Amino acid sequence: MIINRDNDRIRLFNRRAIVLGGGQSLLVSALVGRMYYLQVIEADRYRMLAEENRINLRLLPPPRGRVLDRFGEPLAVNRQNFRVLIVSEQTRDLAATLDALASVIDLSEYDRDRVQKEVRRRRSFVPITVRENLDWEEMARIQVNAPDLPGVIVDEGLTRHYPQTQTAAHVLGYVSSVDEDDLTGDPLLQLPGFRIGKAGMEQKFDLALRGAGGTSQVEVNAVGRVIRELERKEGEAGTDLMLTLDERLQRYTAERLGAESAASVVMDIHTGEVLVMASTPSYDPNAFNRGLTQREWNALVGDPRAPMTNKAISGQYSPGSTFKMIVALAALEQGAITPEQTVACKGYTDLGNRRVHCWEERGHGAMDMVQAIAQSCDVYFYEVARRVGVDRIAEMASRLGLGAATGVGLAGERAGLLPTEAWKRATIGETWQKGDTFNVGIGQGYVLTTPLQLAVMAARLSTGLAVEPVLTRQVMIEDTVVQRPPQAFAALNVDPTHIAVARQGMFEVLNGPRGTARASKLRLKDMQMSGKTGTTQVKRITMAEREAGLPDNDEIPWNERTHALFVAYAPEDNPRYALSVIVEHGGGGAAVAAPIARDIMTEVLKLDPSRKPRVNDDQVAGTQPGSPV
Amino acid sequence: MTLTEKLWQMSWSLVFWLCAIATIGFFMLYSAANASLDPWTTRQAMRFGLGLVMLLTIAMIDIRLVMRYAYPLYAIVLVLLVFVEVRGVVGGGAQRWIDLGVINLQPSELMKVALVLALARYFHSLSLEDTGRPTFLIVPLLMVFVPVVLILRQPDLGTSLMVVMGAGVLFFMAGVRLWKFITLIVATLAAIPIAWPRLAEYQQNRILTFINPERDPLGAGYHILQSKIALGSGGLFGKGFLQGTQSHLNFLPEQQTDFIFTMLAEEMGLVGGVTLIGLYVIVLIYGFAIALRCRHQFGRLVAIGVTTTFFLYVFINVAMVMGLIPVVGVPLPLISYGGTALLTIMLCMGLLMSVYVHRDVQIGVRGGYDDG
Repeated sequence: MIINRDNDRIRLFNRRAIVLGGGQSLLVSALVGRMYYLQVIEADRYRMLAEENRINLRLLPPPRGRVLDRFGEPLAVNRQNFRVLIVSEQTRDLAATLDALASVIDLSEYDRDRVQKEVRRRRSFVPITVRENLDWEEMARIQVNAPDLPGVIVDEGLTRHYPQTQTAAHVLGYVSSVDEDDLTGDPLLQLPGFRIGKAGMEQKFDLALRGAGGTSQVEVNAVGRVIRELERKEGEAGTDLMLTLDERLQRYTAERLGAESAASVVMDIHTGEVLVMASTPSYDPNAFNRGLTQREWNALVGDPRAPMTNKAISGQYSPGSTFKMIVALAALEQGAITPEQTVACKGYTDLGNRRVHCWEERGHGAMDMVQAIAQSCDVYFYEVARRVGVDRIAEMASRLGLGAATGVGLAGERAGLLPTEAWKRATIGETWQKGDTFNVGIGQGYVLTTPLQLAVMAARLSTGLAVEPVLTRQVMIEDTVVQRPPQAFAALNVDPTHIAVARQGMFEVLNGPRGTARASKLRLKDMQMSGKTGTTQVKRITMAEREAGLPDNDEIPWNERTHALFVAYAPEDNPRYALSVIVEHGGGGAAVAAPIARDIMTEVLKLDPSRKPRVNDDQVAGTQPGSPV
Repeated sequence: MTLTEKLWQMSWSLVFWLCAIATIGFFMLYSAANASLDPWTTRQAMRFGLGLVMLLTIAMIDIRLVMRYAYPLYAIVLVLLVFVEVRGVVGGGAQRWIDLGVINLQPSELMKVALVLALARYFHSLSLEDTGRPTFLIVPLLMVFVPVVLILRQPDLGTSLMVVMGAGVLFFMAGVRLWKFITLIVATLAAIPIAWPRLAEYQQNRILTFINPERDPLGAGYHILQSKIALGSGGLFGKGFLQGTQSHLNFLPEQQTDFIFTMLAEEMGLVGGVTLIGLYVIVLIYGFAIALRCRHQFGRLVAIGVTTTFFLYVFINVAMVMGLIPVVGVPLPLISYGGTALLTIMLCMGLLMSVYVHRDVQIGVRGGYDDG
């Protein structure tokens, strides 16, 4: 009975064991089938996904191209930047390590807080920058104390450096961190700490200077830690950019202008190359790379002397008496007067019931054109301007390069202003008055020019050609930089004999017995400079003030004083260089601007940068920045 | 039988296959630790050695003795389960184990074995006719139900399901009618809407993520996706020993425990994975053969029960890492690092071996030594 019963159970068990075994075989087959599907059929897809998982592409920032002066003197370079980083997982105690670090190098409370905050935000193996721009001594101190500084690493990168600091800041511009608006899709811009040109040539030639990023393929683990580098493709360094500036002259000029709010431009009249473009006070572009504090920024922006503005191209000033050559040329061309005809100066002239004065209140007497320029007689030019009319003066001025931006290639260049009768009707809505013409005749009133335009004017007067200024020895064609082709300037279409008269006047200004700037003639053997003074009012002189006697410049507030201007070219017999100087609220052109112009021109003639052969790049590398000449 | 006879009777070839699987495991643990014996391989090898001694010891124990103590063993494990439950409530967290110093004992793991023994004993004593009567099923159902509820409360869905399935197989092998299973399955399906809200959120998420892995690619679905990438990228022959990128770069979670099969398949490819599955199949065949050759119902049921438990470990783990079923924390037998699972497996294999050694003994209805 028991046996029978057990036999039934055995038969049932055996049957069901086959069922169970069959079921389990099916399930195991399903596993194998699934494996086959994943590992054979879908293998390629998953292989790709696995590679995507483990391989990260990292961008390598290329070294930025340098900016050099005309002789290869470095104006903007890349400097090794030592940074100290901290890896929190390698420190036993972050706060203690920071304490230890603070005893070795300067560490501000702000930096410490920032590090602590970032440590909390980032993964523990991500290095966090504690400080940048360490000097050698600080580096050495960290290295020596390395055993007490677990998790502290010193890292070396490249950062922009402007060895001349303020000297050419306005032309160079600066680099600064990338803003949201700057993103163009270039992945380099997304790199932390990447800098792009934000002003000046750094901005204009940014794409060429930037270069192309390299890539590094690294293997990373699931949390993004780099395990090893698999492949590295170096990027392409940015192209070096050569400016036409002469660093020595630029520095000399900036120093000569000193603390004044002033600007000066020096040009090679044959090539149009700008040798000097100085604007003072200036700023240190290194500060922008480093990052300005709010206070530093406010100080720069709030300064009434506008250190951020490149006055050479963005400052618009009445040209004053430096405009008189243009009035003279317009008059000669129209035949309104001959060079020999004279105008009598009594110190004033009457305009209806108003009396307008010459700067020389006692009067100049009979003035011909050369003397009128040499002595800067206002009455002569009131009369000549009246005969010529404002529109012809404006037309002549525009031929000499005024009233339109020169296109020298810097952002922020202003056009100045050449008023005409139509212009006044259109913009102010009033008819042109005779008094307006009088004002234009002595370069005041509505007329506005930039120092660069004035230098161009001097260059055009000295050559009779439509000289155009350039700042770089290379030009960008699409995204590549090529050597600038030599340029031939068009003729001015001004009668050379007329120009000769104007130039004679300018010669007399410095070299004539009664020239307004005869005190500032060159003290060089065999070389003379020709030029023209200008003094412009920034505030209308009232009748009452004139009757009370004009006060001295230093008795009135700085911002009400006259601007001092001077334009010049030299050497007179074979001109090569033209310049302009403007000292804001500096006083008289003869007293203030002319001596500065003389000193700058003397330096220019001594160095004679146009004739000096260009040094090749090997020599450039060996040149000490700022070496004395 | 003397001890020497028993040693002679043992299936040493089964021991060989178990050692072969375990050896593959050591190599995988070595790889998982980035080519280092520390921290896993050495300890796992020592544990396996101890487990082997335990297996052989259990194999010597007379199967009738095992049968006699089947209920008390079950009772003890049940008490342990309650103890963990109570302390979990007191401690305020889900703690599934008891710290014994050398090993963290998970009562739920032991329950898998204890339940097999208790059910085997129950059905051994039941005639086929009685098995057919519903009233006789109440006791074994309770024997399953109580621990499953306790394990579910821990909460450990995977182990609960494993226990239920293991028990189900025993019911089936004992001769319970098929329609009763069908009724039960239908009833269970009907209970899903009631049970669903009672599941913990992470359990709901696991099931939902299983149904649609793209639902949460960075959360719960991430592990499965990474596991599939590792497997798939292994291809036919794998990336080579120690060369698995997914596992060595930590894209794989828990590559030394639950996801060790993935690592093996990544480094050894389809060939390696199928080989390992083949070894498991060999062990399963031994289990079935032992069950079929056994002359007593208790031994048959114990053999088929532990073999099924072994099968469930393998199937659930491998199916889980390949994305066939939801992520449940079930280790791969003899390969995954971990003491408790190894202990359970070696217990199972010890019992299987004991059944083999004592295949021809006579056991009475009540578990006597001699009554026929």
